[in-house]
Amino acid sequence: MAKYEEMSLSVRLFMRNYPFSRYRVDPVPCYPLSRPLRQARIALVTTAGLCPPGLPDFNHQLRLGDPSWREIPGTIETASLTESHRSQSFDHQGVAADRNLAFPLDRFRELERAGIVGQLNHRHFSFMGSIVGPRPLIEETAPAVAQMLREDGVDAVFLTPL
Amino acid sequence: MCNQTVGLVQAAIEREGIATVSVTLLREVSEVISPPRSLFVPYPLGYPLGEPKNSHIQHRIINSALSLLKRSDVPLIVEFNPADGDTPSGDSS
Repeated sequence: MAKYEEMSLSVRLFMRNYPFSRYRVDPVPCYPLSRPLRQARIALVTTAGLCPPGLPDFNHQLRLGDPSWREIPGTIETASLTESHRSQSFDHQGVAADRNLAFPLDRFRELERAGIVGQLNHRHFSFMGSIVGPRPLIEETAPAVAQMLREDGVDAVFLTPL
Repeated sequence: MCNQTVGLVQAAIEREGIATVSVTLLREVSEVISPPRSLFVPYPLGYPLGEPKNSHIQHRIINSALSLLKRSDVPLIVEFNPADGDTPSGDSS
């Protein structure tokens, strides 16, 4: 289980003092699934900092974090994704061995083939979660990705951290 | 910070009228950020779907998370218990 106590002292102190409550979602939006899962269009969003081949890695030099996104084609071979998350507060070996650990596209392909979910969207999205100053994310990049997902006719989104 | 970013992106997507569910590794963070629906999994940072190359546990986590999509009693954090069957257990808040 992930606990503050297992993190390095510097990360722990940072997390303890970070004003998470400043970014509390209020009011909490709510749109229950509008059709059965077996008919729903699904997209995945991860904050694992995954990049498809040919796109630039996330920028580790931005002090407040890189709020940009990478579009991941639905046809991607998951092993071809590179993980460029800058955080050293977690073990990167698991996702290096299996990208599905943070971006379970192969598992969702299995669910699609089994008819448990309707269809997977033609694209998915990746952010790099180490964003200390999330205003650009809240005001610009997250709404931009959300709008693309709506335009794609996505019914449900499954999100994963790293 | 990953868990905060997930919650903030999740809220932006839900505001577009799309149902969302996330996995969280840090319950303390998700309780403050308060995204619509979240499945808390008892794994270390870096292991949100449990174990690499273990499709069984990955599918169990996904199925538990997807089962939350119909819930409208948000914000909602449900705990995934690896010792249980395929049904998520725990409280909601």
